[in-house]
Amino acid sequence: MKRFPISLILGGLITGALIGAALLSRVWTPADPTAMNILNRLKGPGEAGLLGADQIGRDVFSIIMAGAWTSLGIAMTATLLGGAIGTLIGVSAAAKGGVFERLAMAINGVLFSFPPILSAILLGALMGPGALTSITAIGVFMIPVFARVSRGAALQIWSRDFVQAARMAGKGPALITLQHILPNISAQIIVQLAIQTGLGILSEAGLSFLGMGVAPPTPSWGRMLADAQTFLSSAPHLVLAPGLAIALAVLGLNLLGDGLRDLTDPRRRQAS
Amino acid sequence: MAEILKVQNLSRHYTLNGTTIKALDEVTLGLEEGRILGVVGESGSGKSTLAKLVMALDRPTSGEVRLDGDNLFDLSPRQLRAARRNFQMVFQDPYSSLDPRQTVEKIIAEPLHLDPDAPKGRARRDRVGELLEDVGLSAADVSRYPHEFSGGQRQRIAIARALITKPRLLVADEATSALDLTVQKQILELILKLRAEHGISVLFITHNIGVVDEICDEVAVMQHGRLVETGPARAVLDSPDKAYTRQLLAAEPTLEVIGRKARRTATR
Amino acid sequence: MMLSIENLRVSFAREHGDPVEVVHGINVTLDKGETLGIVGESGSGKSVLSLATMGLLPRTATASGKILLDGEDILSMSERQLCRVRGRKIGMIFQEPMTALNPSMRVGAQIAEGLRLSQGLSRRAARAEALRLLDMVKIPRAADRIDSFPHEMSGGQRQRVGIAIALALKPELLIADEPTTALDVTVQAEVLDILDELVSELGISLILISHDLGVIARITDRTLVMYRGDEMEQGETEQVLRRPAHAYTRKLISALPNRVRSALETPDG
Repeated sequence: MKRFPISLILGGLITGALIGAALLSRVWTPADPTAMNILNRLKGPGEAGLLGADQIGRDVFSIIMAGAWTSLGIAMTATLLGGAIGTLIGVSAAAKGGVFERLAMAINGVLFSFPPILSAILLGALMGPGALTSITAIGVFMIPVFARVSRGAALQIWSRDFVQAARMAGKGPALITLQHILPNISAQIIVQLAIQTGLGILSEAGLSFLGMGVAPPTPSWGRMLADAQTFLSSAPHLVLAPGLAIALAVLGLNLLGDGLRDLTDPRRRQAS
Repeated sequence: MAEILKVQNLSRHYTLNGTTIKALDEVTLGLEEGRILGVVGESGSGKSTLAKLVMALDRPTSGEVRLDGDNLFDLSPRQLRAARRNFQMVFQDPYSSLDPRQTVEKIIAEPLHLDPDAPKGRARRDRVGELLEDVGLSAADVSRYPHEFSGGQRQRIAIARALITKPRLLVADEATSALDLTVQKQILELILKLRAEHGISVLFITHNIGVVDEICDEVAVMQHGRLVETGPARAVLDSPDKAYTRQLLAAEPTLEVIGRKARRTATR
Repeated sequence: MMLSIENLRVSFAREHGDPVEVVHGINVTLDKGETLGIVGESGSGKSVLSLATMGLLPRTATASGKILLDGEDILSMSERQLCRVRGRKIGMIFQEPMTALNPSMRVGAQIAEGLRLSQGLSRRAARAEALRLLDMVKIPRAADRIDSFPHEMSGGQRQRVGIAIALALKPELLIADEPTTALDVTVQAEVLDILDELVSELGISLILISHDLGVIARITDRTLVMYRGDEMEQGETEQVLRRPAHAYTRKLISALPNRVRSALETPDG
């Protein structure tokens, strides 16, 4: 057995708690996150619910829980989709080489140069705001990241002699990619998935903040921040709660990614 | 005796920034059934390029590689796949040549992909087990992973993989260079044993003249992509014709003169 | 006496379990101008021994015993003191000159760097000295090559530059860890000859670590045979090779290709 890096434990706990909260919010929240109770309006933490109530008296803790579902759901779907497409492009580029590789990586470079917020605004204008717009905008932004990482990792594996041995066994590029390349780069891809999901949460919050994300009344951390701006001085907990939730989620996923990277680092593996 | 391998005027040129590099230049060689041919040379001699071409892992600029009379580069992809069963390769670095994510059984059975009638399941496992015993490992090793083995044991696994399709030609590219001396000796003995038992022919590519002398019947000396000299190993090593071969032989560290004081007196 | 290693033990900490000892009590002495070969297979501890002598053991390692260089114990020196010893008293030559040299720095400047830092030579004087050193290691047309980058040189030339850097500060002891293993045989012979000539001319002591008995035989006076961290035997190179006292040495010699060892078979051996 190997000792787990501290970042992995901490990151795993935070991420686990968030996913737990998101799942739990589907069946139970302390109060209905959409139910208004005007008497509780702008009450602070402890006075009404664990984290207080917002400008129309909804329970903040319940909205944060339900918002976790939205944020994580959109970020994870987008990252998984973008990751799958990007990895496919990356390993194909590494396997094919030549013109295909250069073309794929050039398109990749162009995609990479579009900031996700800008492309989301563009998409929002075309498709209208909503979960699908967020997922598409964030997912497209993920593709080049994964294409790059997986191509680099795959090229390293392609230079190993066991790939030559597989060619000697009459295997073509597709089969070699499936049997030898993907299993050997999976660890790096998983690390990247964790880190990119963190970025995805940040992007989702940004899009909601700008009104390009999910439509109200679906709870969302980004829109909570946007709504709370007006009450910054009178009810700072309305900014702090979603702000901390976003920071914690990104921190947790980054720690998880770093921890996984440490765990799978070949230099560490050799030392043990 | 029949020639199993015939390399005819084989060239491989690369173009780099407008200049042409002749990695292999008009090389002609033959290997008879059941013999071991050593190809010896220093870095840049073209010996590894030759190995790649003989394995049809690369295409030549011109020339032919005939295996049992068929030019590999005239074969259709399907015919080439069928032909591949007859020649397999052992690589230099046993840490790079085994997929760390696969079990020994999967690694050794990989070339069976070439054979549509290959044994499966239980029968495949038994066949791999037999081969493991053949190369001096245990049949119980089938479900272990490469990192559980030493360098020498890994090279045995690589040899077992090369043998599973019962090839008639084995190409060994510096197959003992990364190994400790005592392990190298064991692997050389294994190759000689396999030759005696299965009549397999070997193209043994190396920079080490001592190893050539140990196991090769014939030797081909290469330099800068060209063939310098070829002939029976004994004859070439005992009385080389070409200046480069003599230079190579003289540079080999032997135990003739021991210690620098002794050497200084000897050279004086 | 110049270098004296007394009962050296080195162990490495592991993530789990007790530390593993990889060198189990080695004793070595080396006089001024003497050359010692250390031979062994992978896992013999020969490289750990050389790292310990240079004070370059990784942090996970603990060493006990003594490594006395001119009476001072390397093992008890601070990093600051070690820096003064490395280069000035002990020179090092590495296996892979491409990784030991800075790829983005001209070779002349790399040789001159140490001279300017530790001997306070002017830019001009250091360059002149670098040129002299390049000549000394027989780099052809040294004046034209002094401003080359490492990648513009052949492997053999890079290793000669490595030797020039090691010799620049006139060390008393040179440690060469597999200095010719990455080189072609014809180049290996040239580099060994240069190394041999220079250490005898300058009266430097040499520790040559190699897996290759042929290389050891060529330039060492005495040989230490190691196996799994233990000394198998130690003695005059000639004695060790012609009349090995230990079964492991005999095994090592018998594993040599015939060609290499045939010369050993003298009537009395």
